Amino acid sequence: MKEWEIVIGIETHVQLATRAKIFSASPTAFGAGPNLQANAIDIALPGVLPVLNKTAVEFAIRFGLATGSDIAPCSIFARKNYFYPDLPKGYQISQYESPVVVGGELAIQVGKETRIVRLTRAHLEEDAGKSLHEAAGHSPRGKSGIDLNRAGTPLLEIVSEPDMRSSAEAVAYARALHALVRWIGICDGNMQEGSFRCDANVSVRPLGQRDFGTRREIKNLNSFRFLQQAIDYEVCWQIATLEDGGEIEQATVLFDADSGETRAMRSKEDAHDYRYFPDPDLLPLVIDRAWVDRIRAELPELPAAKRQRLVSDYGLSDYDAVVLTSSQEMAAYFESAVAVAGKSNAKICANWLMGELSARLNREGREIDATPLSASQLGGLVARIADGTISTPVARQVFDALCEDSGVSADEIISRRGLRQISDSDALEEIIDAVLTANRTMVDEFRAGKEKAFNALVGQAMKASKGRANPHQVNELLRRKLS
Amino acid sequence: MSLTLEQVRRVAHLARIEISDVEASSTLGQLNEIFTLIEKMQAVDTQGIEPMAHAQEMVQRLRDDRPETTDPGQRREAFQALAPETGDGLYLVPKVIE
Repeated sequence: MKEWEIVIGIETHVQLATRAKIFSASPTAFGAGPNLQANAIDIALPGVLPVLNKTAVEFAIRFGLATGSDIAPCSIFARKNYFYPDLPKGYQISQYESPVVVGGELAIQVGKETRIVRLTRAHLEEDAGKSLHEAAGHSPRGKSGIDLNRAGTPLLEIVSEPDMRSSAEAVAYARALHALVRWIGICDGNMQEGSFRCDANVSVRPLGQRDFGTRREIKNLNSFRFLQQAIDYEVCWQIATLEDGGEIEQATVLFDADSGETRAMRSKEDAHDYRYFPDPDLLPLVIDRAWVDRIRAELPELPAAKRQRLVSDYGLSDYDAVVLTSSQEMAAYFESAVAVAGKSNAKICANWLMGELSARLNREGREIDATPLSASQLGGLVARIADGTISTPVARQVFDALCEDSGVSADEIISRRGLRQISDSDALEEIIDAVLTANRTMVDEFRAGKEKAFNALVGQAMKASKGRANPHQVNELLRRKLS
Repeated sequence: MSLTLEQVRRVAHLARIEISDVEASSTLGQLNEIFTLIEKMQAVDTQGIEPMAHAQEMVQRLRDDRPETTDPGQRREAFQALAPETGDGLYLVPKVIE
């Protein structure tokens, strides 16, 4: 059987987190009543003129700088002409021949491996409105309802090169891009609300063949899971079709989340004749070096740089560094906790943050910015674990108590509840003697060669001390007494 | 270079303009005259001259990212008074299904 190679390129529509629209002063907030955020420009009344939003341009520049792209000193807006009821002008303002951001690359993490995906370009454009069909219960029979609140919302369309070779790589790319646009503060990343949507261009070719196969474009994937499912299905379908002697026709396809299948949209002739031309309502967008330099100076430390620093400064693993830089909030939390716990305890901080705290946040459906436990509280707790003041089981108790009360420190809880670890040999010996007397059977079992009985005795001693005994010392003392 | 009648019909269709056969041929004549003019302009030597994207040699002015505070309900009412059909705040159009 022939071996196939999968080729994937991704176009992503990133909704820019501006307060007003890209060419008008309408607000962009999500969830307003229909057409309440659509002004004369958005609904395309005659005689209106678009004026470009400065922050939208700034966000595009930020993205370009964060991906090592070229920022075009001069770029042009173009009209993309097509007819659809939710596009009242009859054209979408976009960029065609000269986009604002050119080239660049993004590092992605696939398992343990880091790979580079090249970017083709990123351009500014406006979003269209929304069509609601009767199925949605909004409009009467035989009618579609048009809501133009979204019309004119700023988008940055980011186009990758066809550099991905599996659905896992495609998802890794989408995740890295999603994390980056949130990190640099240009997009809220809310995928349910459509702030981040992917189109995947998928083709297959016999391994070793130089030319690409014919591609089909899967439109509008708004979750990482759908992206993966849609590509997997599409790849199987394309390979099966080719192996049956069929041909792939270039097409736009939709993913049906219920059936898990992709299917071709009815292809209209002329559908792709957009007759782009420079928009005479907009002048060339000129970006000078000084502006770019100013934005560069304001950029936060980027995830890749921070990842490297976490590995070299704190001795964390690559995996830990990737998890801790999944968002700026996460990274900031980690570094604040370490500032309190001490640099040498960074690994323990990472473990508690990625283990206990993340599990709790997941359980409660919260993000790190809504944490019940502040970074300095966690740092204080880690410091007491590291210096032996409390044992790990007790630390869990303290952790839970801290989550209940944001105003209290680990030290206060430890002293208030008398949780300080017992390292005093006399006190420990007393506890152990009592345990040995009370558990004669276990002692006999151990002496008969059952190693398990030893662990049971340690457990009894820990229990008798309410978790406060130093487990290491308990081990030693027990061994000595039983030998 | 000159256009064919078929190309004129296609352009009209793309622009969703309905034209009769008579209109198509008179439009063809007019468009071909424009092409003649363009040919004359193309004869000018523009070697080494940067093409302009706009007739005016100016750059785009930028607007601060400040949302307006117009009364949205009142405005919607005024706009929708102009629309052929509305309902629940939506503009209603003949059903479109992709």
